[in-house]
Amino acid sequence: MRPELELISDWIRPSARVLDLGCGDGALLAYLHEQRQVEGYGLEIDTGNIVKCIQTGVNVIHADLEAGLEDFSDSSFDYVIMTQTLQAVRHTERLLDEMLRVGRQGIVTFPNFGFWRCRMQIALQGLMPVAKTLPYQWYNTPNIHLFTIRDFEKLCRRKRIDVLQRMVLDHAHRPWRGPRLWPNLFGEIALYRLGRA
Amino acid sequence: MAAQFPPDSVGLITPQTAPFAEPLALDCGRMLADYEIVYETYGTLNADHSNAVLICHALSGDHHAAGFHEGSDPSKPGWWDNCIGPGKPIDTSQFFVVCCNNLGGCKGSTGPTSINPDSRKPYGPDFPIVTVKDWVRSQARLADRLGIQQWAAIIGGSLGGMQAMQWAITFPERIRHALVIAAAPRLSAQNIAFNEVARQAILSDPDFHHGHYYEFGVLPRRGLMIARMLGHITYLSDEGMRAKFGRELRQGTPNFNFNFDTEFQVESYLRHQGKAFVDRFDANTYLLMTKTLDYFDPAADFDQDLSVAFHRAQARFLIIAFTSDWRFSPARSREIVRALVRANREVSYAEITSEYGHDAFLMPIPLYHDMLRGYLTRVAREVNGPEEAFSYEASPLPHSTEIHAHAS
Repeated sequence: MRPELELISDWIRPSARVLDLGCGDGALLAYLHEQRQVEGYGLEIDTGNIVKCIQTGVNVIHADLEAGLEDFSDSSFDYVIMTQTLQAVRHTERLLDEMLRVGRQGIVTFPNFGFWRCRMQIALQGLMPVAKTLPYQWYNTPNIHLFTIRDFEKLCRRKRIDVLQRMVLDHAHRPWRGPRLWPNLFGEIALYRLGRA
Repeated sequence: MAAQFPPDSVGLITPQTAPFAEPLALDCGRMLADYEIVYETYGTLNADHSNAVLICHALSGDHHAAGFHEGSDPSKPGWWDNCIGPGKPIDTSQFFVVCCNNLGGCKGSTGPTSINPDSRKPYGPDFPIVTVKDWVRSQARLADRLGIQQWAAIIGGSLGGMQAMQWAITFPERIRHALVIAAAPRLSAQNIAFNEVARQAILSDPDFHHGHYYEFGVLPRRGLMIARMLGHITYLSDEGMRAKFGRELRQGTPNFNFNFDTEFQVESYLRHQGKAFVDRFDANTYLLMTKTLDYFDPAADFDQDLSVAFHRAQARFLIIAFTSDWRFSPARSREIVRALVRANREVSYAEITSEYGHDAFLMPIPLYHDMLRGYLTRVAREVNGPEEAFSYEASPLPHSTEIHAHAS
């Protein structure tokens, strides 16, 4: 995770106000606070994670992302971040809208289902893909919306969401150093900075 | 005697009394010429007086939050003993914990049962109705007296949480952390309605005598009992009552009697709670405290915008609510959180699953106590430094004695 935190941190301007959707144990917010002096809150549904956030001093608000972000007003944050969460929510499209309503910019990371190994597993073995970034079996995965980099960009175009920056990572969350072409084939994790005019 | 107390108990406690001679101007426009505040302390104040924690009590609480009084029932420690003590979530080996009986109370601080210096009789209904702001101002004077410039934390459940919130607004620089548990930003019409029924039960008791019942040697027992029974229903949850009592009939009642005797377990429980309350609580104080609740509305001074009120606050907040609490439901706590977020304040919020209803804030629910402990461990590090230099050592002296030095 560490390299991914650094990459996100590079995109964030110092002292920004940040909302982290599905903040887990608060590692990203703690890192951003330390590196970029950001202020903000994490939203989390798991009480075990909430206790961890409280222990590390991260501001955490118990919330269910599926219910939307109605407690937060328009453009009240510089960035709304959602790492490895978009594929695990039911109301994906609505949450993207909410993200760009509450935040001036959105930062999203997700596992790329179009990665060549995933394609091979379906094409050759006829099995649902299991990869380092998608470690679950079909019957126990929390990931209910699997999609590819192309899928995501298609949705962004349709919803008139601007892709401000994109980066493709390998399974160790490091920037992919191979051919720049075909990110949808070689990227295991996608990292986006989004905006809406 | 002392050896009988569990190792995580604060042990034998002697309440202290702080007399105040300087008049206190109250929100109602009246003046309290002089008054006394009864309080208890647990733990030791550190060298720079930065480790003090104020516990604010709720409607029927008092200053006896932890430990035991001389000669008291060893099975009945202070009202929040499960949370306050060495090694407990509010760790008295780290903090100097203070809890006072609020003005208007009936457990020693000046209130309706105290003698009115003008009439030389108990104040009774003539005692001014105090507000949460009045309490906070009186607690600030107690803090001055104890040499506490800034509280490390102020913690309270229900009406106690409202005091913590008010502190953060009234004295922003005197509170580092506010822990607001099972509270609301103000009462709803339904909350006020319940309070009004409780008041009417007391006011319509023939033994009430317009509040001057002390002079008649009687107590408005039936009224206060009904008020408490009603209150108790709002403290429990439907699911909790179902689990605890169901529709069970009490022992010795095999069938319906087809009369109005106590038949169901829940009736028996409520009557017991009501009766026990009458012996330990004053009806005028109960009336007053329900009004204090009704009047609480920190947003009122800020154009009805709670987030504007919180703009002044500097404290960090921890807000906790309980799922089955319908008196002050999680939605009410989220109103507080929303206002704090809009005001750009530091806040964490957690909702604890529990079937104990509003009463849950007094229960040793593991997840709840983990949160308090996790939060307060950081607070302790902030004020005592990162080293474990401030470790607890059992003192051979009763706590009250070692504290006396600070209570001059």
